[in-house]
Amino acid sequence: MPPVVSSESLPYLSLLIFVPLGAAVIAALLPGERAVRWWTLGVSVVVAVGSWPLYGRFDAGTAAFQFVEHAPWIPALRIHYTVGVDGISLLLVLLTTLVLPLCVLVSWRQISGRVKEFMVCLLVMEGAMLGVFCALDFILFFVFWEAMLIPMALLIGIWGGPRRVYAALKFFIYTMAGSVLLLVAILALYLELGSFHIPDLMGRELSLPFQGWVFAAMALSFAVKVPMFPFHTWLPAAHVEAPTAGSVLLASVLLKMGTYGFLRFCLPITPQATMLFVPWMVALSVVGMVYGGAAALAQNDLKKLVAYSSVGHMGVATLGIFALNREGVEGALLVMINHGVTTGALFLAVGLLYERVHTRELARVAGVGRHVPVYTGFLGIFALSSLAFPGTNSFIGEFLVLSGALGWARAAVPGWMAWVLLGVVPGVVLAAAYNLRMLQRVAYGGPRNPDHAGLKDLELREVVTLAPLLVLVFWIGLNPQPFTRVMHASVRHLLEQMGGP
Amino acid sequence: MAFLPELILLAGALAVFVVCLGEGRVRLAKATATGAALGTLLACLVSFRETALLFEGAYRVDLFSQGLKLVFALGFLLVLVIGGELPDIREDAQPEYYLFLTLSVTGLTLLVSCVDLLTLVVALQLASFPLYFLVALRRERDDQRSQMEAVVKYIMFGITATGIMLFGMSYLFGVTGTTSMPTLQARLASLVHSPVVIAGLALMWAGLLYKLAVFPFHFWTPDVYQGGSNETTSLVASLPKLGALAVLVRFVTLATPDHEPLALLLTCLAIASMCYGNVLALVQKDVKRLLGFSGIAHAGYALIGLVTLDPVGHVAALYYLIAYQAMVLACFVVVCRVARTGGNVALGDLAGLHRRSPLLMMTLLVGVFGLAGLPPFAGFMAKLTLLKAALAKGHLTLVIVAVLNTAVAIYYYLALVREACFRDPEGQPEVRLDVPTRALCVALIAGVVLLGVTPTALLEHLGTALATAWGPIGLAGSGIP
Repeated sequence: MPPVVSSESLPYLSLLIFVPLGAAVIAALLPGERAVRWWTLGVSVVVAVGSWPLYGRFDAGTAAFQFVEHAPWIPALRIHYTVGVDGISLLLVLLTTLVLPLCVLVSWRQISGRVKEFMVCLLVMEGAMLGVFCALDFILFFVFWEAMLIPMALLIGIWGGPRRVYAALKFFIYTMAGSVLLLVAILALYLELGSFHIPDLMGRELSLPFQGWVFAAMALSFAVKVPMFPFHTWLPAAHVEAPTAGSVLLASVLLKMGTYGFLRFCLPITPQATMLFVPWMVALSVVGMVYGGAAALAQNDLKKLVAYSSVGHMGVATLGIFALNREGVEGALLVMINHGVTTGALFLAVGLLYERVHTRELARVAGVGRHVPVYTGFLGIFALSSLAFPGTNSFIGEFLVLSGALGWARAAVPGWMAWVLLGVVPGVVLAAAYNLRMLQRVAYGGPRNPDHAGLKDLELREVVTLAPLLVLVFWIGLNPQPFTRVMHASVRHLLEQMGGP
Repeated sequence: MAFLPELILLAGALAVFVVCLGEGRVRLAKATATGAALGTLLACLVSFRETALLFEGAYRVDLFSQGLKLVFALGFLLVLVIGGELPDIREDAQPEYYLFLTLSVTGLTLLVSCVDLLTLVVALQLASFPLYFLVALRRERDDQRSQMEAVVKYIMFGITATGIMLFGMSYLFGVTGTTSMPTLQARLASLVHSPVVIAGLALMWAGLLYKLAVFPFHFWTPDVYQGGSNETTSLVASLPKLGALAVLVRFVTLATPDHEPLALLLTCLAIASMCYGNVLALVQKDVKRLLGFSGIAHAGYALIGLVTLDPVGHVAALYYLIAYQAMVLACFVVVCRVARTGGNVALGDLAGLHRRSPLLMMTLLVGVFGLAGLPPFAGFMAKLTLLKAALAKGHLTLVIVAVLNTAVAIYYYLALVREACFRDPEGQPEVRLDVPTRALCVALIAGVVLLGVTPTALLEHLGTALATAWGPIGLAGSGIP
């Protein structure tokens, strides 16, 4: 197990988690919508900037957890407050802090009612999401994991679209049903190994049947969150009904928690069981890719289209994870980041379009391109990124995952399982198809629609919202080294725990 | 000194009684009852570390009883504030409401100290009878006479359960020849596996399970919740359950930790309660009735702690029910305030609460998500403690049934949230809150969160309290007269 290293004088991670939570309380007491908006923006920007030193001071040479803080929390139950990051969680933390200011910005005009409550929900979400990625105590993790449900459900249910209540409840019930079994798994592990401390649980001797049950319970919970193929039905509903900021949070951060869970818990804690389930997980991932792509191709609602594309992209991520080799896992991590950047950006773009034309129907937004060139430029780049065009971020990630998956296929036992990978081909083609279809319609399609004549192009605030993601698309796409650099040690260590090469 | 809280409560009850003799003295009665509550609270704090064995060993003052008395005093105060102006109690009977309230709390306070079967029955009845009257005190309306049906059911089931309890006690007395629980425990130690003792113990528990509303002694619950006035129900739903559980904990320890038949019996009761309560709550439209069924389910959860038959589980069960007090009272504040004239509250009446009163919505949200067992609220940590204790003893099936029930339950709790947060008000008026209610709401929210985030002090207190409550030194009695 990796030793925990703490060399920091400043409790970085605790600050990251609790500054937003504290700011939420203050926001609730502030008078006036303007003040609340600026306060939330200010706090989220400060947190985003404040999280950079994490990257700068991160020691990429070790797999150990860094920036660790450790304190007893509930001694009677042997629960500790332990936080720390390693190469797997670091980028996700940074992604989370980056996305939040964008969510605030995009909601600036869009959310007009109950602004204060909205901003409080966003800040609470930020604290809880960072908590999930930083927690090194299983109960602490679970507390953040579940606590996040409440503000998210409120975001969907109060500020969402026409079917918001249905979507919010479905989201809540699916996730909750998934996570109760996770709780049993946590308790079972505790009784078997005597600890809630996550690094302590990794790489321990456990009997195979026990591992199998624990894996199944945890995997079910994470599979709902990802969402993997048969458990994905909450996702389109939640994405479509959520306000733009909610969709972005869901896509960019929440879905990552499922794949993060696989990497952080399933693989290192139950390695033999993982091996056992790999063919199934790979098959489900591939089915997810094809299904997500096919469903996205059939959508006429832009948000639904992007939502189903998420199912496909996350299929790529899980495929990479369960390839269980270096390319696969690093590729999966990169796909997670890329999906956060690209799909988040696409949801932002759809939201901005909706603010202008008040519809998301592909047929009715057709041909807006000629009126809003700057917007269309952004959309085009993000759509190309979504289909993994070379030079954009997704290309690197998917390429790594595919080479990892092929590596798995060569070693697959029994050999016929490798044929599952043939499904990847239609998956990739479909991704190109639905993205190009969307882009073609929005940018060039359709007759001249008189409704679109007076459309305003992006204003400065909106450009500022999209620009950071655009920069990331090309930065990761052209020079992924700074991003993959921090993963190597942790991923190698993870695979060593799996007993692999 | 050790008897101070009870003395103050009794004096308070007497004073309220005297006040009741005059006409139209509602305010005075309320002031007196509030004074008694505050006095008891103080007295409980003062006598918190007292230990004594009173009345020839029939009444035991120790950390365990004093801690619970503190909770009762606090709950008494909360219920008084929740009651407000008693919109749903007949005007001419409003002073008496305070009298019965005080008496019932007195009974509960006595109950947790009783270590003799006879005093125990007396205290239990003192806690129960005022509740019957309280239910009957509801205002009569044209379309509302359900309180009478409710009270009849309440009494009939109550008396039957007490009868069964006495019957069980007679077995134990027959076997051991004593009613004093310490002696009983010593003499039962060798007999505890004999069928007659198991039967005796199980029958004796009936009276307490009835108070706790455990299946199959739950039949009164939905009707009394629905039939009783909102104020009364907030009392029925909270404090007596904790009292019953406290006594149950004392009784369960009569059995040895490896007593399989009793563990099996409790397991069955717990599973039946959880499943029955949660499934029926799914289809309820009346908020109080829904909370009633959810209460049955929560009684089932609490029993999980008793199944383990060890102190860890008992601590968990007590922690769970103390947390439950705060959460269920948070829900009842909302019910009482939303029903301005005191009628029953349907789910639809909560619609748009987020616009009508944000503070009430927050209170409801915290209460409901607490009951549903979501972190960071008290319900989660308490459930975690329970499940951990049960799993440590190998009750895997029970734990899985419990978590599946949690997943089922989320649906009806979300129904409350859906109405309060996601719907817009359809002409329902704004809810204005007076200062005590606001303070109460904030206090309950803080309580539910703090009990969930920092339960260490409480858990440690309960741990030491239970350890000393059954230590042979304490029972043999360094008899302070």
